[in-house]
Amino acid sequence: MEGTNDYMKRKIRILVAKPALDGHDRGVLVLAKAFRDAGMEVLYAGLLPTPETVARIAVDEDVDVVALSLHNSAHLSAFPEVKRWLKRLGASDIQVVGGGIIPPSDKKKLEKLGITGNFGPGTPLELVIEHVRKVAKKKWKSDQ
Amino acid sequence: MPDKKSQSRAYRPQIENTTTREKTNSSEMKLKDFYLPEDAEENYASRIADPGVYPYTRGIHKDMYKGKLWTMRMFSGFGTPEDTNGRLKLLLSHGETGLSVAFDMPTLYGLDANSERAHGEVGKCGVNVSSLKDMEIIFKGIPLDQVSTSMTINAPANILTAMYAAVGEKGGTPKRNLAGTVQADILKEYIAQKEWLYPPEAHMRIIRDMMVYCTNHMPKWNYISISGYHIREAGASAVQELAFTLADGFEYVKMGIANGLNVDSFAPRLSFFFNSSINFFEEVAKFRAARRIWAREMKETYGAKNDRSMKLRFHSQTSGYSLTWQQPLNNIVRTTVEGMAAVLGGTQSLHTNSYDEAWALPSEKAVEVALRTQQILAYETGIPDVIDPLGGSYYIENLTDRMEEEAYKYFKTINGMGGVVNAIKNGYLQREIAATAYAYQRKVESGEMKIVGVNAFTKENEQPINVLKIDLKAEKIQRKRLQEIKLKRNDNAVQKSLERLREVYSGDENSMERIIEAVKSYATLEEITNIGREVFGGWKEPTII
Repeated sequence: MEGTNDYMKRKIRILVAKPALDGHDRGVLVLAKAFRDAGMEVLYAGLLPTPETVARIAVDEDVDVVALSLHNSAHLSAFPEVKRWLKRLGASDIQVVGGGIIPPSDKKKLEKLGITGNFGPGTPLELVIEHVRKVAKKKWKSDQ
Repeated sequence: MPDKKSQSRAYRPQIENTTTREKTNSSEMKLKDFYLPEDAEENYASRIADPGVYPYTRGIHKDMYKGKLWTMRMFSGFGTPEDTNGRLKLLLSHGETGLSVAFDMPTLYGLDANSERAHGEVGKCGVNVSSLKDMEIIFKGIPLDQVSTSMTINAPANILTAMYAAVGEKGGTPKRNLAGTVQADILKEYIAQKEWLYPPEAHMRIIRDMMVYCTNHMPKWNYISISGYHIREAGASAVQELAFTLADGFEYVKMGIANGLNVDSFAPRLSFFFNSSINFFEEVAKFRAARRIWAREMKETYGAKNDRSMKLRFHSQTSGYSLTWQQPLNNIVRTTVEGMAAVLGGTQSLHTNSYDEAWALPSEKAVEVALRTQQILAYETGIPDVIDPLGGSYYIENLTDRMEEEAYKYFKTINGMGGVVNAIKNGYLQREIAATAYAYQRKVESGEMKIVGVNAFTKENEQPINVLKIDLKAEKIQRKRLQEIKLKRNDNAVQKSLERLREVYSGDENSMERIIEAVKSYATLEEITNIGREVFGGWKEPTII
């Protein structure tokens, strides 16, 4: 089955969220459906969760990956905040993947903080899915 | 930014073998190779009719653009109230009389500038309003009896209306003479833009209060602009935009009638706001069908007698979603085609997007090109010279009929659920849109849908042309001002006004006078919305995916 890691025989659990005052949810809903069609277990954090809420859901639900999307340019504050909360909750191994309207200079900053992907508009879903699978494997290896 | 090499690699296999695809439009209607006389609407007098004649398929005015061109209304707003005041005055000095104000995200969500959640957002996508003081500054020195002001505000529209009334009163313009519009269409917020404060019933009651109050006391105030724009941007097809928006409109009409208003006393104040997207003929047909449906339903179902209640007036905006950050100059062409569709569809006013908006808020240069696009359409092309020039085209008339038929199928489904509010609460409308958005994305991925610069004719290594700058200046100024107001105001009066608001919110009495009283006491936006949050609670949307 697609999305099941042959090596681990495990389904990827992924949380999608928009952690700021940004109700434009077309992108996250499309991504959520695409992740599900790719065989992942998808959780959606609803609208306007704080970074802390996102991190807590991620920990409570024991997800492998958190996928964050913002279109209001709050990514530089909100994405790292989710990452910090994960660390505070002892879950630094949960992978954080970003997307939205992210200029190249911000992309570098985010990547330094361990937030990967940072996909822009028009990115094929296939590339995003491929990236999520890659980082999920990384997390599973660290679980062992 | 995606890695361009892997992006074009991912798309390449699909792009090459899709020349024989079946032609459909955004509404999944299969299209013939060409249309014949028998495909077109035959009943001219009752279904099409001349411009200005019921059911207004060809336009609501007899003379359309020969009498008056559409209004070129460019929406903007930024920074501090002082910044926006300067911009509005500049526009007035250039001869504009129609002002249009955009608000920042905290204001749209009913939060003050000093709210923790407002950090980084103050004054960014529009001007910040945390109390009446800010509105006083925005409109300082502007003669409110001589301008009309459009405010793009939804969930807290009652509060902003009250503030505008209070500013008017202080400057000597009574409420009765204030002209303008608030968007206030909460149904489309639940369906698409997702900026609400309370549950649907509570917001509908607040709109009812505005509707009744404005009909009686602010006759020049358009207390609602029924919007399909956001529904479309969220992923809806043209038919879904048409059907869901008109269904919302009928919901407000029913509410007015149920609250004892004569339909002709308030319906002439209702206006619409549609998207004009990239599938040219489909858009033109959508606008034509919208007019026909509205006229018929207002007359036959809701008993309107006044022609003005039956005439669907609309503002339109070109599609932000159709713009690409890849090869951004191409967006000028997209916007031109979309603007043409709006004009050929008979719009009353138009906002054209700027080519750099897929990147960030538009630069001045790009805004100028967008305005010039409208001016070229208006003054060079001859397009406005003849009314509804596409009317009578076998294809356009056929498509107009089919848009109408498909819209009625949705009306039936929505009515079967007991109306729009139920169709929101059970998640039906949101799921329909999400499904269309996903299907669209799938088509882009497969190459069935081609987007120049994105999955076809791509270029490597494109650089950003415009980047949103984070500026905390407005936030600092707004926070400081808010602190000062809280020190200066009479706290006792604030508490009293808020308690009185709590009482009317808890009952069923009209709340508008109490809102006006609260804003006048300098209760802040968030203090006022918090009363609503306490009385009505919040709302969590149903599961959509």
